[in-house]
Amino acid sequence: MTDTGKRMTTEMQEVKFYQTGTFTVGNRLLAENERSVQANMERTNSLNSGHRACQGCGEALGARYAIDAAMRATGNQLIAVNATGCLEVFSTPYPESSWQIPWIHSLFGNAAAVASGVAAALRVTGKSAARVVAQGGDGGTTDIGFGCLSGMFERNDDVLYLCYDNEAYMNTGVQRSSATPPAARTATTMAVGKAPGNVFGTGKNVPLIAMAHNIPYVATASVANLRDLEFKVTKAMGIHGARYIHIHVPCPLGWGSLPADTIKLARLAVESGLFPLFEAEYGELSGSTKIRSKVPVEDYLRLQKRFAHLFGKEQDTERLARIQATADRNIARFNLIA
Amino acid sequence: MLKQTEGSHAVAEAIALCRPQVICAYPITPQTHIVEGVGEMVKDGTLTNCEFINVESEFAALSVAIGASAAGARTYTATSSQGLLFMAEAVYNAAGLGLPIVMTIGNRAIGAPINIWNDHSDSMSMRDAGWIQLFAETNQEALDLHIQAFRLAEELSCPVMVCMDGFILTHAYDRVDIPTQAQVDSFLPPYEPRQILDPADPVSIGAMVGPEAFTEVRYMAHHKQLRALTLIPQLSAAFERQFGRASGGLLRTYRTEGAETIVVALGSVIGTVQEVIDEMREAGTKIGAVSICSFRPFPLAALREALQNAVRVVVLEKCLAVGLGGIVSDGVRKSLSGIQLKGYTVIAGLGGRAITRASLHQLFTDATEDELEQVTFLDLNAEVVNHELERESAARRSGPTAEAILRRLGTVASHIG
Repeated sequence: MTDTGKRMTTEMQEVKFYQTGTFTVGNRLLAENERSVQANMERTNSLNSGHRACQGCGEALGARYAIDAAMRATGNQLIAVNATGCLEVFSTPYPESSWQIPWIHSLFGNAAAVASGVAAALRVTGKSAARVVAQGGDGGTTDIGFGCLSGMFERNDDVLYLCYDNEAYMNTGVQRSSATPPAARTATTMAVGKAPGNVFGTGKNVPLIAMAHNIPYVATASVANLRDLEFKVTKAMGIHGARYIHIHVPCPLGWGSLPADTIKLARLAVESGLFPLFEAEYGELSGSTKIRSKVPVEDYLRLQKRFAHLFGKEQDTERLARIQATADRNIARFNLIA
Repeated sequence: MLKQTEGSHAVAEAIALCRPQVICAYPITPQTHIVEGVGEMVKDGTLTNCEFINVESEFAALSVAIGASAAGARTYTATSSQGLLFMAEAVYNAAGLGLPIVMTIGNRAIGAPINIWNDHSDSMSMRDAGWIQLFAETNQEALDLHIQAFRLAEELSCPVMVCMDGFILTHAYDRVDIPTQAQVDSFLPPYEPRQILDPADPVSIGAMVGPEAFTEVRYMAHHKQLRALTLIPQLSAAFERQFGRASGGLLRTYRTEGAETIVVALGSVIGTVQEVIDEMREAGTKIGAVSICSFRPFPLAALREALQNAVRVVVLEKCLAVGLGGIVSDGVRKSLSGIQLKGYTVIAGLGGRAITRASLHQLFTDATEDELEQVTFLDLNAEVVNHELERESAARRSGPTAEAILRRLGTVASHIG
């Protein structure tokens, strides 16, 4: 028997049932209280169907799961504040508002502050049962809304902030944000010149910055793992004070990927280590989701036209290695492999 | 109750009597004492049922106010100068959403050059944002206008700015009559929001509006201000009945009967203007004044009524439309459409430059003799300006202008007259 044959035999002997002990489990096998919010007949459809998001929009999916979970956690006593951006635009052109909950949009950069105001008003008018979430894209969160976000964190206002990170300003036509990854092509990090796409060594990690505020709860989540997203939102709504969940949401339009690949891409980002899933409480890392089967970053990058220049006639091995190093660093830093 | 107190503290007491529920505070001179005053009342328990929030910027201050107001709380904040500009986007937004926030502006110049002293450039820069803008003449009026402002804002569901001259009013100690809680309560009913974020009755606020409805939504904002033209005098009259003194209204006239020359001004400078008018009336000059309280909505009809029999109008402005001249003058001219009247714009008091009786006396005398330019800069130091113009024409790299002028003036930093 060859070495390869041995390994195969070993793998076959170690059959792993992903259907149990993971969040991908079917609802039928779970106790009632552990079942998905979305699988429940009582789900609120807070972001109702009929909105104008693109096919395969990760943000629409993430928002629906997150808000429905927050609704269940609060007994439907929820108010949402929305930054300007795709989510705001595709969900509201009247008379077709998709929001089934009290919802306000003020500006691009002030969602966290508006939510602080809502929380203060609820407190002072004696409606403390009602809770507030703020939501925005990566531009509205990591760039233009960053000052208000940090202020809300610092005051420990009773707000859950949800950032839907699709790694660029998609609503305005795919421009670079401080969440755009290195080498990615955007309208302002063009795929031309000696080093096509976004530069290396820039950008900010807002979940870690949120942790530096010592707020009660910070988590990252992904539309690849919707049960985990629901779990984290539910957990966040059980806590008072400033909370932050940063959700990775692929964007077929901006990434140049197939709409059908949205979940696959989100999963590859997690499984490669490029988007680590973790939780932190009061500034301390409290847990991370282990990678089940590590994949090379190439598997993730190849499916996206925004990285096509890395795989031209000559593969850009140097920059691919740098991206792989980032993934490996995440794996070590967040303890992503058991 | 009569009290000798600082203008800012008088306003803080008025705000507290209005039972605000959320107050957002961010420091900028010269409005700081107002929010500090209210904050202290919240902290020591004098003002109950009120959230006092220290925020990280003026942009956040008004944004927090927007959220609080939309969620049904009576909301207040204050700012000045650069702070108003920093929150500009939210200023338009609050008005566009129709949220009845009340905000004090401690009027101050806008830089560069940085300057903390009084003029009206800050409020004027936001004149078309959709807020009602009321200008106070005295500390008593500043106090009174805040009480009226909450009622006006909430009746119309429209935000209101109460503008009071920085330092001249905010920091001046003067006698004010502070009303009782019962008086204010009977004038100002609890806040009944027209729109509210309520889980029991969900609405979407701030949705995208396309060309099919945008004009109509904007017209509604204009219509609100037109309604305010009727409501402001009504509230002023109701206030007088309740509190026993006149405050607010669209505008006030002073010795305009038979006046050939009428001076139009806003804010605290009207006190000096009236003194000069008294002197000139005594000497037989037919001169009077109009003090505009409501700058937005602009009282076109009332102003036309007040000015139509004059020969000339002198608009005294504490702000400058660079490249044009006067901002208030535009509205005054519009109010006089079809009436032949000589009009003069006087830019005065910029960045805290004192407007003295002597200067005004000379100015008004020149006006009555029609010896004024269309646009006059009161007490402009022509020698310094000419020297700087020559210097700049002589050398390409002439350096920064403001610093060169300061150097020319020498050590007179405390000289504001």
